[in-house]
Amino acid sequence: MKKFDPKLISGIIIIILGALAPWIISQYELSLLGRFLALSILAMGIMLTWGEAGILSLGQGVFFGLGGYALAMHLKLEGLNVANGDMPDFMVWSGVSALPKFWYPFQSGIFSIACVVLVPGLFAAGFSWLMFRRRVGGVYFALITQALALAFSTLLISQQSLTGGFNGLTDYSTLFGYDITTSEAARVIYWVTFVIVVIAFFFLKWLLGSRYGVMLRATRDGENRVRFLGHNPVPYKVVAFGIAGALAGIGGALFTLHSGVVSPALVGVVPSIEMVVWVAVGGRNILWGAIAGTLLVNFAKDQISSAFPSLWLYGLGALFILAVSFLPMGIAGLFRPGSGEERVMRRIISRRPLKTAE
Amino acid sequence: MGESAFLVGQIFNGFSVASLFVLAALGLALSFGLMRVINMAHGEMLMLGGYLAYMTLQVVPGPLGIIVAMPVAFLGAALIGALLEWSVIHRLSARPLDTLLATWGVSLVLQQAARNLFGAIGVEVTAPSWLNHVVQLHTGPLEGLTLPDTRLFILVVAGIVLAGIALILNKTRLGLYVRAVNQDRSTAAAMGVNARLIDLMVFSLGTGVAGLAGVILALLGPVTPTVGQSYIVPAFLVVILGGLGSLVGTTIASLIVGLFTALIEIFVDVSVAQVLLLVFVIVFIQFRPQGVITVRTRALEG
Repeated sequence: MKKFDPKLISGIIIIILGALAPWIISQYELSLLGRFLALSILAMGIMLTWGEAGILSLGQGVFFGLGGYALAMHLKLEGLNVANGDMPDFMVWSGVSALPKFWYPFQSGIFSIACVVLVPGLFAAGFSWLMFRRRVGGVYFALITQALALAFSTLLISQQSLTGGFNGLTDYSTLFGYDITTSEAARVIYWVTFVIVVIAFFFLKWLLGSRYGVMLRATRDGENRVRFLGHNPVPYKVVAFGIAGALAGIGGALFTLHSGVVSPALVGVVPSIEMVVWVAVGGRNILWGAIAGTLLVNFAKDQISSAFPSLWLYGLGALFILAVSFLPMGIAGLFRPGSGEERVMRRIISRRPLKTAE
Repeated sequence: MGESAFLVGQIFNGFSVASLFVLAALGLALSFGLMRVINMAHGEMLMLGGYLAYMTLQVVPGPLGIIVAMPVAFLGAALIGALLEWSVIHRLSARPLDTLLATWGVSLVLQQAARNLFGAIGVEVTAPSWLNHVVQLHTGPLEGLTLPDTRLFILVVAGIVLAGIALILNKTRLGLYVRAVNQDRSTAAAMGVNARLIDLMVFSLGTGVAGLAGVILALLGPVTPTVGQSYIVPAFLVVILGGLGSLVGTTIASLIVGLFTALIEIFVDVSVAQVLLLVFVIVFIQFRPQGVITVRTRALEG
């Protein structure tokens, strides 16, 4: 009999299960799964920058928010007759007299979707270029991105009349003329999310296997050596950060579609750093680990935080400390041959029969 | 109130905010210089200091309570800091980014513990009566200028702490060791300096100072579980601006951040001021990525 690659088979099974999920799980579970898959697109971006390029960003929420808000602005304008002076509800409440200029282009769906990808992508690339060209990296970069997340979320909250303030943008019903509140629409949005996750996965897999990926890892492991060998590491890192920004934006837009709301509570300092823990738990160097970690941590959060809210924060804190201290390769590391985690697991497994024999 | 009095008042506010930043950032900067790690739970040392002040005032009410609270907060925070360094940070110090994440976990746990112990709303520490006055000018070009006593008190405390740390760093044997490890860890270790112990002592000194700052913070507003978070991000920016482990650099950077924030808030609201501060830091980095003061070193980073 032909020998099958277990990796290939499990991959095919997961893709089939994912595609059939709307018929397997309940509607509520499907909506959760869709949300978390949207988040996992962002997590793959963190895996690219943190795991492969060694750039820790504590501000991915900013790019997530840019994508989410770009789409939400379009959703708010759908069905409104802007030429007639119609405005989104929250602007009417805050007493704005006319729709602000920068909202106008978001009447176009194509423009908004382009913004979902390009605004966070280009902003991330530009911002990181300013840092990396002056060789600011490591801890400094992490702290500055955290300050960015803080500034972005406070700005969103304070500009109530332009951004919906603390409540964010919510309460939308149609996209491209289709009703997005029905259960069929939820299924379609899930499939769109799922397909984008699969595309992003294979795109990153290809990218990391290319020469670009090799250069990225070389930069992570010895930036000065890369320089001594005559390469400029800056473009590699900027491109990686830009791609991660664009992925975060796409994830933000899809998450907004699933949850029906985008608000500053999703983009600030704490949510941004939570995003990193998904990848830390899943495995920062392994692409599927980023997805698995996102799903695992978020489903756990959904279960625990509603029942015992204070327990969840202790758990999250402990998760940070334990994952980073004892499982630097994450859960995915348990399955990677040769990693420290895998050796530990093998030892546990091989010891067990010995103990029962005694 | 005249224009110039208002401006001088804002500058004075800038100085008093700066003195809080310097107390909050000092420990971060010194430990960062030694170990290249940032303790994300540093803000919770401020919080801890605030709650210790609250508890001390329950035991020792009266005008001198706050004087007693300061050493209590210093020692309490220093002790927790030493525990944190010994249990988490030094084990991870070869991986600075992982230290960042692990200490963030510690900060979450400490915040939640405070929430469970003291409640989410926060506790009030009333300033003693001898700090309840304002210095007010009634004549002269600065007529109408008011300087609250608490703000003056902050300046005095920050000045004393800075002078004390400067003395320790420059005049004692411990300070000599700290500077040696800061410049070249392996050579210092080869000369018989116990670099591990220096790390531990500097770290707990830094958290102690943050605890002290927490007492002052408690005089300005209620102590909440997240009180440290509002000061810690500017403190991180101070560390970035200040340069590696330099006392002078940290002080200058605190003044820059404090004055910049106070003066820009004349023209824009607080949230825009925050954005402009970040823009300022990014622009500053374009010209001096190594910070205000650079400790000369021949080591190649990374």
